[in-house]
Amino acid sequence: MKTSKKIIAVFLTLVMLGSITACSSQTNSGTTGTTTAAKTETDDTTVAAGTEEIYFLNFKPEIAEVYEKIASDYKAETGVTVKVVTAASNTYESTLRAEITKKDAPTIFQINGPVGYQNWTEYCADLKDTELYSHLSDKSLAVTSGDGVYGIPYVVEGYGIIYNNAVMDKYFALSDKAVDISSADKITDFATLKAVVEDMTLHKEELGIEGVFAATSMGAGEQWRWQTHLANLPFYYEFKEAASYDSTILAGLAAEEVEFKYAENYKNTFDLYINNSCVEKGLLGSKSVDDSMADFALGKCAMVQNGNWAWAQISQVDGNTVLEEDIKFMPIYTGMPEDSKQGLCIGTENYFAINNAVSEEKQQASMDFLNWLFTSETGKAYVINELGFIAPFDTFEEDEKPADPLAREVLAWMEKDTTAVEWTFASFPSEEFKNYFGDALLEYVQGSMEWDEVVTIVKDSWKAEKTAN
Amino acid sequence: MQKNYKKWFPIFVLPTLIAFVIAFLIPFVMGVYLSFTNFTTITNARWVGFDNYVKIFANKEFINALLFTAKFAIVAVVTINVFALSLALLLTKGLKGTNFFRTVFFMPNLIGGIVLGYIWQLILNGILYKFNVTLTYSEKYGFWGLVILMNWQLIGYMMIIYIAGIQNIPGDLIEAARIDGATSSQIVRKITLPMIMPSITICMFLTLSNSFKLFDQNLALTAGAPSKKTAMLALDIYNTFYGRQGYEGVGQAKAVLFFIMVAVLSLTQLWFTRKREVES
Repeated sequence: MKTSKKIIAVFLTLVMLGSITACSSQTNSGTTGTTTAAKTETDDTTVAAGTEEIYFLNFKPEIAEVYEKIASDYKAETGVTVKVVTAASNTYESTLRAEITKKDAPTIFQINGPVGYQNWTEYCADLKDTELYSHLSDKSLAVTSGDGVYGIPYVVEGYGIIYNNAVMDKYFALSDKAVDISSADKITDFATLKAVVEDMTLHKEELGIEGVFAATSMGAGEQWRWQTHLANLPFYYEFKEAASYDSTILAGLAAEEVEFKYAENYKNTFDLYINNSCVEKGLLGSKSVDDSMADFALGKCAMVQNGNWAWAQISQVDGNTVLEEDIKFMPIYTGMPEDSKQGLCIGTENYFAINNAVSEEKQQASMDFLNWLFTSETGKAYVINELGFIAPFDTFEEDEKPADPLAREVLAWMEKDTTAVEWTFASFPSEEFKNYFGDALLEYVQGSMEWDEVVTIVKDSWKAEKTAN
Repeated sequence: MQKNYKKWFPIFVLPTLIAFVIAFLIPFVMGVYLSFTNFTTITNARWVGFDNYVKIFANKEFINALLFTAKFAIVAVVTINVFALSLALLLTKGLKGTNFFRTVFFMPNLIGGIVLGYIWQLILNGILYKFNVTLTYSEKYGFWGLVILMNWQLIGYMMIIYIAGIQNIPGDLIEAARIDGATSSQIVRKITLPMIMPSITICMFLTLSNSFKLFDQNLALTAGAPSKKTAMLALDIYNTFYGRQGYEGVGQAKAVLFFIMVAVLSLTQLWFTRKREVES
């Protein structure tokens, strides 16, 4: 071979080798919370000698970027590296299962309650002697088994119907409105809600909206608002009637079968959502939660069912027209006699667990990080201002509550004279049950299934999933 | 020279052999072992024998996925090969711009599965938007969406293989046939087709196994909606594995069964078409 060709050949080989090694080092990649299977990874591979590296597998894509800032602050303060990986929407369980078998397994992960704990019993360390647990204001909220504490809730959240009061006021100012009340906070039961919503649909041109409700997102992995959050209400009322249990969650966990007694009520509210929406029914199968929140933020609709975590999503939409003082919560009314006494659905599905399969030092370092986050001034500032958590710890003073408007609304509703609805869905048998429910709802929305079939599927899959586990 | 080969043969084969053993053989053996157990993560397994295999057939989603995949494979294999062969015949006539067309037709093959699925989902949903429905409306939409997608992706690739096969036919055979007065269609049927039998073998094998193993595009296009009716075998296995606790063993058993199915089908097809190959 001629010399020049030899040189080119050697050079190209080196380039090839160089690119192989370059690909193996981690890089920072940011994503927005979309439905594609993307992971956000922050990795600082330089671990100082003597300090541990801890690994937190995050569940909430909405605040993934805030954790990156927290990690860098914590590293500046203590030198401990916090690796934060966020699982994409609806993939937490599968991501955790894959990650936990690796040598570099997550040291802090989340379980979603007593049912989730069943899956991860072997990996949850006992936290009853930890500092964080001692600060928990209501110890009954933690996930326990026997004497041990295995999951500490870190945020109290609430959900309901978020509405844009500016549009509502416009409606109540109309001269030919069909109801007697004059403001949205006077809507205290399903009948009034239905009347208002259907009248608003008739007047949607005058109100400047395309529909009352945002899209009822039914895309794959986007149905949790209906098969979990909305489904919470009929099951809450059904299990409340089982008098021998203290909480509806315990009643649900013990139920081998369900009657789905209040299916009609569920259907009424669900129909209200899909028939008065800014999106046609047939198109809902491709809509995501992001789409719905964007519709609401851009002013295309007046109401959307979601929780206080959604404020981050709404305020970050380009062209957001919803003002902080106009955004309010309304309970999800389903037409029960107790409607007027019912408040928002408040509870938690987010419990921290520490991986007991990693070294003692890493476990301790992980606890230290969590303690820092919820007891130190810097940590608490992040929790209140950027993460927007209502944290159930006594380290937070009365005036140290989150600043975002939806969190303040949840707190306001907690103070009112209404009964908050427990997060009974913590007792649903499995993810598969929720998936079956969601799939049946999609077919119902598209018109290829009758409601009775949906009810049958719900009852059958509850029974099947309970026995399968 | 032979002695040289014998001496150096192991060293040259070793890297590939190691990669093959690590990436294929070991996971395969572990997989077969795990299909007879009940396990949560790879490190803790309890032997349960054929329990998992029995559970497979009680699962109606698996039967549905099997039928769906079989239907899809038949339709896809036929359409892709027919279109690819027609294009290949067209593009070997020496028309102007042949090279350009060959490049353009091959390019869709370069796009990865997941991205392709999402792009087509956007396109198909955009078209269906005019009718106020989406792909999830009925399993027929998902089925034909997948067929269109696979055609778009694989026709170019198969076409290239067919072109190579056609170009290998000795020119004098065709000339002799023309002098004897054969029509174009007779040439295609009696000379071209038998002579490109090796290419047909390969293309059918590739399309058949690709259709059966399809996962990325299935996940991205429909993710099984509505109600898992458009989930193909690979997606069904994935769903079983991650869907509920205690079913990982069943998922693994389905995977072993899947392997056996695809292997048997492919080998049968290869044997059948190999028999019809003609020496020139």
